[in-house]
Amino acid sequence: MKNWLKRYWSIANKPSVHFSLIFLTLGGFIAGIIFWGAFNTAMEFTNTETFCTGCHEMRDNVYQELQQTIHYSNRSGVRAKCSDCHVPHDWTSKMARKMAASKEVWGKIFGTISTREKFLEKRRELAEHEWARFKANDSLECRNCHNFEFMDFTRQSKRAVDMHSTALASGEKTCIDCHKGIAHELPDMAGVDGW
Amino acid sequence: MRNFAMRTFLLLSSFYCFLLSGYLLADSLASYRQGTVITEEAEAPTIPKVLNEDIKRGRAYPMQPPTIPHKIDAYQVDMRANKCLSCHSRKRTEDSQAPMISVTHYMDREGNFLADVSPRRYFCNQCHVPQLNTEPVVSSDFVDVDTLLKSD
Repeated sequence: MKNWLKRYWSIANKPSVHFSLIFLTLGGFIAGIIFWGAFNTAMEFTNTETFCTGCHEMRDNVYQELQQTIHYSNRSGVRAKCSDCHVPHDWTSKMARKMAASKEVWGKIFGTISTREKFLEKRRELAEHEWARFKANDSLECRNCHNFEFMDFTRQSKRAVDMHSTALASGEKTCIDCHKGIAHELPDMAGVDGW
Repeated sequence: MRNFAMRTFLLLSSFYCFLLSGYLLADSLASYRQGTVITEEAEAPTIPKVLNEDIKRGRAYPMQPPTIPHKIDAYQVDMRANKCLSCHSRKRTEDSQAPMISVTHYMDREGNFLADVSPRRYFCNQCHVPQLNTEPVVSSDFVDVDTLLKSD
């Protein structure tokens, strides 16, 4: 093994014999572009609704529930798809989220939530992961669209103003503290703070 | 034989009467179809807006369950969660500043107090409903008890 590594290192360490410098630099550059493009395209594909609802776990549970809510169907036709709320937009955070999501591949292979019953059983745990994520990043995915700076309190109902102008404005609370279950059904909420 | 003829006559005449009454009543009967013939589809009325002004409404009689002065779109009230109680329960009113559900909701049918909301009072929408910005479909001649007493 050590010899084998040594042999390849000595080849890689020497200047190229057959290829010109311009070929290697340009070739590397073009290959880089192709790789990066393909990588990003593949990653963008994993952000699409087609991809998410490709598995029955998502299609038959959470996607059905989303369709009843204002984030799917509303007066102005602006809507959120899965990744808008569940994947950060910023590149490094997105990479981290995508890596964490490899756990979901494991879950798919071993059928962790392969039936409705299993899903309902696990729902509280899954929901808590998302609540914790939103709490930790100050509801970043909500704020990608709902920017506090541009909220017009005069267009909100009295109850909304009372909450938004105090707890939210002071940073004491973040969106997810009050708006749990905004796009999906809630799990058993016994013991959850604020319920 | 005569008996049979008699029976047939009675049956046919009663059937005719039934058809005739249906024809005569058709114009006067109010229905959800509003007189639209069965082969056609009437245009559905627009869905009225829910009143969302957050102002307490009066009650027509002391025991009337108060109406909800805000929207309750997509509020989940089931075995797992109760969105209404996340503001209106005893534990939550300090934070939410919403009115607390009355003490009767914490009593069982014998009048004993329970630690939490009585299961028979758990489903808020059985008694409490929001109001729509529209004219009532059916008119009411309800008279408030005070008005009734004064009228003598």
